[in-house]
Amino acid sequence: MPVRDGGGWASGRRGLRPALAWRGGGILVLLAAAAAFPLVFTNPLVTTIGVDTMIFVGAASAWNIFSGYSGYISLAHAVFFGCGAYTAGIASRDWNLNGNVIFAMLPLAGLVAAGIAVPVGLIALRVRRHTFMVVTIAIFFIFQLMAFNFSFTSGTSGISAPFLVWDPQTFNNPFYYLALAIAVATAALSWLIRRSRFGLQLRAIRDDEGRTTSLGVRTMWVKLSALVISAFVVGMLGALWFYFIAQVLPASGFDPAFDLVIVLMAFLGGLGTVAGPVLGALIIEPAQQYFTQQFPNAYLSQITLGAVFVAVIVLMPRGLVPTVGEKLTSWRAKRASRAAATVQAAGRRKTALAADPGPAVDASAPENLR
Amino acid sequence: MGRQIYEAVIDGLLVGAVYGLMAVGLTLIFGVLDIINIAQGILVIVGAYLSYVLSVHLHIDLFLGLFITVPAMFLIGIAIYWAFIRPLRGAERTSMSLLATYAVALIIEGVLYWVFTPGYVQLNAWYVTSSIRLFGFYLSYIYLFAGALAVVLVLALYAVLYRTRFGRSVRATVQDQTAARLVGINVNRVAALTFGIGVAVTAVGGMVYGATSGGFNPNSGYDLISRLLAIVILGGLGSIAGALVASVFMITIESVVDIWSPSWAIVVFYAALVVVLIVRPSGLLGRPVTREQ
Repeated sequence: MPVRDGGGWASGRRGLRPALAWRGGGILVLLAAAAAFPLVFTNPLVTTIGVDTMIFVGAASAWNIFSGYSGYISLAHAVFFGCGAYTAGIASRDWNLNGNVIFAMLPLAGLVAAGIAVPVGLIALRVRRHTFMVVTIAIFFIFQLMAFNFSFTSGTSGISAPFLVWDPQTFNNPFYYLALAIAVATAALSWLIRRSRFGLQLRAIRDDEGRTTSLGVRTMWVKLSALVISAFVVGMLGALWFYFIAQVLPASGFDPAFDLVIVLMAFLGGLGTVAGPVLGALIIEPAQQYFTQQFPNAYLSQITLGAVFVAVIVLMPRGLVPTVGEKLTSWRAKRASRAAATVQAAGRRKTALAADPGPAVDASAPENLR
Repeated sequence: MGRQIYEAVIDGLLVGAVYGLMAVGLTLIFGVLDIINIAQGILVIVGAYLSYVLSVHLHIDLFLGLFITVPAMFLIGIAIYWAFIRPLRGAERTSMSLLATYAVALIIEGVLYWVFTPGYVQLNAWYVTSSIRLFGFYLSYIYLFAGALAVVLVLALYAVLYRTRFGRSVRATVQDQTAARLVGINVNRVAALTFGIGVAVTAVGGMVYGATSGGFNPNSGYDLISRLLAIVILGGLGSIAGALVASVFMITIESVVDIWSPSWAIVVFYAALVVVLIVRPSGLLGRPVTREQ
């Protein structure tokens, strides 16, 4: 094809480099905006939404590291979230912690959640993919029941966090920046994993687990590692959320809606992409919080959540990032081929006779490139 | 003590039959459509509320009301299938359907809260409150009637599946969808009808649950679906006999443990599930794990 040797590919490549620059610049601007957010909007009502949003950005990204890359949809991440919250609660209750030292409990909560992920994974990852989802739901209910029934979780009355004597005006800021740091670190980790050999193995499992096993990948080990990493992050966020909300109950720590919301975020943004869950969380969580503040009718917001979820799954099952990305790519390809066609047409006009103009080439060029 | 255990076993067997009916609906839907209907739990509650409305406002007997609620739930099932399940396509259809039906469950739960408020209600009739003396034990009539009805309906379902042309096309679709299509079975119609039947049985389950659970509200759907899921996995997803065996077995165990500790009874239920999954990941009577295409 003459078109391929022409300007088509070169201009395509030239078009890619600014895209990378745009992407890097966009990330920097987003980070700066996120860092400046509590300085600009000092209203505690607004920063509360900010903290919640950052917690969900981190949780959705962490969920995606396991479920998005491996294709095993986990509905048990509320277990890790709740275990993190309860670990922080029990530790600060029994050791009488208060002040900044409470944040030292975050890694501990993460470790406990990661430790719980090991047996959970060993049991649940033995089954087929859709059975896995059902088993994770069952595991979730087991943990919620245990939180209700054990004595060290204080049953239905739950656990209260230590009362923090901080200035109410800036109370949210340490929580916000910690959540932001965890969210950014998780997104970066997600990006690193996606580019790594480990990430490749995970995605190979998603595409064809049988073949991946036969190629010598220790699939159980890979899946379990991803689950443990994911659980560690979600456990830390659970602890942070507990100190922020100042209380954990069996029904709020182990909340079925938590799983559904992070799954929805990942699906809306794009399952298995780095930016997708971040984008999804940035859209859904503020919207949900705004809804709750505007409409005190909790049932209405639940119905809305369900309706949005169904709409996303039925209408856009692959999510925003892949869909928009495809549109962009096809638009770029079209632009590139149009440029190529013009270049070629111009070239033809120079060499060929005036009696053979290029409308036919113009019409066929986009098909050639695609 | 011994007497209590006998009573618990008989209760468990009869209630287990009703759970078996609901679980068969769930596992049949999975077998034909490769879809896990998370909304099954909340649909049972919808069935219970339908019976409630009929009996409280229209004074229709609970069992007679089934002639209205079963077709109603059948239509609701077909509507859900057409609106939310049929549009799903592609390799991730099973996962997507699970999430879609989960979302449908959330919507239905919200609507039920709105219409009926979170207050607990219970279905009442003379056979709920009075007992019969059988072999020296007291047994509430509702358990007896419900157990008998469930057995009859399960047998009817078996007859439909194994003695009719429709049943044969359902079984063919379970075995191989493409082959079924090739021999001229309208797979879409079979799928829609199966989904409708799978949901229709929740009307019976809901009526019995509403009468025997000591009160229900929209939140009870979670309790039900977690049990039903445990049952169908335990029996092996897609296996009708497995679902029946598992439900009778599990509900009986739960009912016996309930004598000592009501709050731990349900934990025993899940512990059994975990043990079975460790020993036999495909469930008691499930098909073994095969490579996905």
